[in-house]
Amino acid sequence: MATIELKQVEKRFGEAYAVKPMDMTINNGDFVVLLGPSGCGKTTTLRMISGLESVSSGIINFNDKDVTWLHPSERDIAFVFQFFALYSHMTCRENIAFPLRASGEEGAEIDRKVKRVAEMLRIEHLLKSRPGGLSGGDQQRVALARALVRKPAAFLMDEPLGALDAEFRETMRAEIKRLHLEQNATTVYVTHDQIEAMAMGDKIVVMSAAEIQQAGTPLEVYYDPANLFVARFIGSPGMNLVEGSYSEGKIKLGDANIYCVPQDWRASLDTTIGTGEVVVGFRPEAVQFSAQGQLGSSVYANDLHGSYSMLHLELIKDNIVNARADRRDRHQMGDSIKFDIDPEQVRFFDPKTEKALQKVAL
Amino acid sequence: MALRSPSAPKQDVVISTRVDKVGLRPALLRNFRAGLAVVAALIMLLPAVWMSMTAFKSRPDAVSVPPKVFFTPTLEGFVSLLTDRRQLSNTELEDYKQRTDLNWMDKLALKRGQAIIGWSEFPKHLRNSIIISVTSTFLSIFFGVLAAYAFSRFKIPGESDLLFFILSTRMLPPVVVTIPIFLMYRALGLFDTHIGLILLYTAFNLSFAVWLMKGFIDEIPKEYEEAALVDGYTRLQAFRKIVLPQAITGIAATTVFSFIFAWNEYAFALMLTSSAARTAPPSLPSRIGTGGVEWAAIAAGSLLFLIPAIILTFALRKHLLRGVTFGAIRKG
Repeated sequence: MATIELKQVEKRFGEAYAVKPMDMTINNGDFVVLLGPSGCGKTTTLRMISGLESVSSGIINFNDKDVTWLHPSERDIAFVFQFFALYSHMTCRENIAFPLRASGEEGAEIDRKVKRVAEMLRIEHLLKSRPGGLSGGDQQRVALARALVRKPAAFLMDEPLGALDAEFRETMRAEIKRLHLEQNATTVYVTHDQIEAMAMGDKIVVMSAAEIQQAGTPLEVYYDPANLFVARFIGSPGMNLVEGSYSEGKIKLGDANIYCVPQDWRASLDTTIGTGEVVVGFRPEAVQFSAQGQLGSSVYANDLHGSYSMLHLELIKDNIVNARADRRDRHQMGDSIKFDIDPEQVRFFDPKTEKALQKVAL
Repeated sequence: MALRSPSAPKQDVVISTRVDKVGLRPALLRNFRAGLAVVAALIMLLPAVWMSMTAFKSRPDAVSVPPKVFFTPTLEGFVSLLTDRRQLSNTELEDYKQRTDLNWMDKLALKRGQAIIGWSEFPKHLRNSIIISVTSTFLSIFFGVLAAYAFSRFKIPGESDLLFFILSTRMLPPVVVTIPIFLMYRALGLFDTHIGLILLYTAFNLSFAVWLMKGFIDEIPKEYEEAALVDGYTRLQAFRKIVLPQAITGIAATTVFSFIFAWNEYAFALMLTSSAARTAPPSLPSRIGTGGVEWAAIAAGSLLFLIPAIILTFALRKHLLRGVTFGAIRKG
């Protein structure tokens, strides 16, 4: 198992950055998810860690050993690809045994290891068949078995569930998580699906525009997004973001609404914004309906999500915010409704830098 | 019954999407198409069938008018193709008829009043054809696959220019360069050598092999090799264990095309060889000149000449069929 460390690692194609200089440390046994929209550099980062892509500059360490220029075969890693990359001219057994043959292991030893990993993934009955005829889920199990059969220093997974049907994806998500807990292996997992990232990661690294936007636990990136991008990207729907003008503890939102900033945030807003534009951010579940609520809005739409309903509220003209409501509440379109924001869950962003404001300890 | 708007048709409209169930009766259509295919095949095969029949005809049968469809098969044509003979005088003829040490070939020759004095050049030419075609095909495939792999997988400076340059060697008809090549070969001592024709055919086939194989290798996802690379294999091992087995269809198709080109090539073989390295294609028509056209011998030669190409194509037919349709369909 390994601790992976990236120091000022970057990837350039001519003048364009695929990955801007980044520092990242992945601790031994961590499950780290690289999350971001397509083209944000997350796959390139993973491929640089694997050695399949060379770095333009910077250093990659595995357990304090410089591997920056080592061939992928010398890094002791296992890679799981989105489209499985199973060899169609070999049976599943041969596919799984393939990495073992590279290290020249004995036949009996190979059989034993293949059997063990096949049992773990419940694919013993598939060993004799060729991967071409298997379902997507089974193919990905075989691909996982090929990765797991060796005890590599790290598992690198590039959207391994991206090519699967929705129902398989849920099963395999749980299975990968379970395997990670059993093996306690350092895992770097790339996905663009933030629900998958929240469900699986010990740590999420949110990337966009070739840069790390925020690295933290799922709860951190969800409740304390570092900037507007993360606030919008994480959660479905993302955080509600409303721009208003701040002055002396009050934010004017549109023409009709005045929002009083919680006391513990005032110092921060006074020092960083002073008087001017600010973005108020809150999650749909931070909305507290009450007849005395300080914010007034009208109902724009109401979606039933089963256990709850999601209200679309027009807070300012043409600015819709989402609010989570009890499914039993009836709201007609156009109804006016008043609410407060849970003071624990409100966040503020500077629209110029797009960065989140930090609470100042009083 | 549902309410109808006044403008709606008075009766329910049934829309069938089964196109084969409308118009002509489907069975009839299918038979017609099969019949058409059989007729086309017969037209294509007729020359080959006629040639095979002529190869087994006696000399008078081969030239009889009207042509004979039913005849007594004989190996006379093959004997006169494969041997050199001399005409016997009447006294020698009587003498020969008494001899008991004659084999079946001698006896066939004797019927025409001839004695076999040795093997003809044709077996040698056929052997040359095999040596030259097999070697040049192997070389073009070997270098073609390696070059195609490099073009497909690595960033090569000026890649598209290089590929165009390779393709451009096929842009003018090869005959245009026969004279310069003839002069070059004479100066370099490559005239009438095996190596000369091997080099030439390899050069012709290489551009074709590179382009065709690049298409096939492009179709193999590069994740296959990457998986092998991270699993602990070197680039060359990954190429051998993963790319080659996956590209086998393309290799088979390219092999057949390259081999048939080298096997059939006539003009350069005629210009650049005289005897030592002469191949079968220019050897066959040269028999026409030697006193009376021996159609049976020529047909026998053409038949022998066809066999290796047929064997190769037949052996690789599965891959060939996949090969020519490959690339047209992208896997999702």
